[in-house]
Amino acid sequence: MAPLGRLEIEVAEKRYPARDASGPRSVLEDLRLGVSRGEFLCILGPSGCGKTTLLNLIAGLDRDFEGRVGWQGAASAPRIGYVFQEPRLLPWLTVMQNVELVLGERGAEEGEAGAADPAFLEHLLEVAGLAEFRDAYPQRLSLGLARRAALVRAFAVKPDLLLMDEPFVSLDRPTAERLRRLLVGIWSERPTTVIFVTHSLGEALQLADRIVQLSASPASVVADLQVPLPRAARGDRAAMARLRDELLRDRPLLGGEAE
Amino acid sequence: MIARAGFGLYGLSLLVLVLLWHIAAVLAESRALPPPLEVLAVLAEALASGELLYHLAVTLARVAASFLLAMAFGVAIGIALGRSQLLDRIFDGWLVLFLNLPALVTIILCYVWFGLIEAAAIAAVAINKIPNVVVTVREGARALDPSYLEMARSFRLSRWRILRYVVLPQLVPFVVAAARSGLALIWKIVLVVELLGRSNGVGFQLSVFFGLFDVAAILAYTLAFVAVVQVIELAGLQPLERRVNRWRR
Repeated sequence: MAPLGRLEIEVAEKRYPARDASGPRSVLEDLRLGVSRGEFLCILGPSGCGKTTLLNLIAGLDRDFEGRVGWQGAASAPRIGYVFQEPRLLPWLTVMQNVELVLGERGAEEGEAGAADPAFLEHLLEVAGLAEFRDAYPQRLSLGLARRAALVRAFAVKPDLLLMDEPFVSLDRPTAERLRRLLVGIWSERPTTVIFVTHSLGEALQLADRIVQLSASPASVVADLQVPLPRAARGDRAAMARLRDELLRDRPLLGGEAE
Repeated sequence: MIARAGFGLYGLSLLVLVLLWHIAAVLAESRALPPPLEVLAVLAEALASGELLYHLAVTLARVAASFLLAMAFGVAIGIALGRSQLLDRIFDGWLVLFLNLPALVTIILCYVWFGLIEAAAIAAVAINKIPNVVVTVREGARALDPSYLEMARSFRLSRWRILRYVVLPQLVPFVVAAARSGLALIWKIVLVVELLGRSNGVGFQLSVFFGLFDVAAILAYTLAFVAVVQVIELAGLQPLERRVNRWRR
């Protein structure tokens, strides 16, 4: 497969059909966004502004919109890994079966050497601390563990594009923190393009190469900035807090709702 | 299921029923109501001669064939109607019609149109059951969790995998419910089909005994039949249900 170039997203308009007298509701309007290959992009925006809708357009789950989503130089459809807000593991399959479900047929259909890669899968389970839970059914897992499994599933397909929709909400702070470190760890081993939706500036600063801020609905891009701190320096809490305060002084919108 | 503690009560109450039967038979002193022990003797004799087992086996085979047929068609149609509003609107009227069609009418028509053949008998039973399966499975198909379907589509699972691993597991409770009530219905209809147009099976035997006014034989066959149904429920359906539900806590 030819290497993929930039991902170009242009949404002229996305609206949902009318549910009441107020008529159809426009969710995204005139939204343009380019993402470089291997870039870790965080999308910030007020809740209900259409971040999830945008991810679903990019994933190809929703094709009912005006505009286009495309990869420069893409010969075939890119492989997508999606981590949803809830883990969305199938409860009737074990952790391992859940992961294998999304893997198996790729290897079989396309004959790709890298697709079903047992050693890589073992490694992911090991790193995520899930090795001993491989045969457990999802309902026996804590939310944190289930989220890890969803993360492993998304990375296991060796995605060209990883979509993440607030994957660490409603976890306690230390657990969310551990999962963020896990994410960065796995991602650094095999950097891939990531679009990560969050409403937390702190989380975005910790993870992203670049942050894009969306407006309230109908959403478009209102701010686009590179995170000026190198990854190695992001462990420094004081520096992170300073950066956050500076950014908020210049662009109060980034803060969104109070956290 | 009957809890272990309740089992004694269960057996005791059945024993009381047999006792009442015995008392009634002694009082009536009629060929129309033979006492339990006489029925048991007839049962033993029919078992020993192999006749009972032969007819039971024939009936079981018919039940199995029409059951599988009804489940396969019913589940497929149920999924289609549950997932497509258009199909549902088009065929809802048909469904209501077939739901209300008396079993006897279907059986007579199948025999008239296709002749007194095995296929007509099995088709008649299946057609009687399919609408019930459709209605139950359609409920399940309407209630499929869209978030799992989204997950499956975002990872580009094939239609077959989506059906096998995402859709069908969600339908299991509905399919099991349809199978349960289906078996209960099919047993009974198969006997009617045999009575009307077959020359073997429990239903045929019952019609022969009816002609001979042999109530003891009728009761013996009935008891054997009920026992087999119960064994299949306990040893077949219930373990199957536990197996497919083992992921639940």
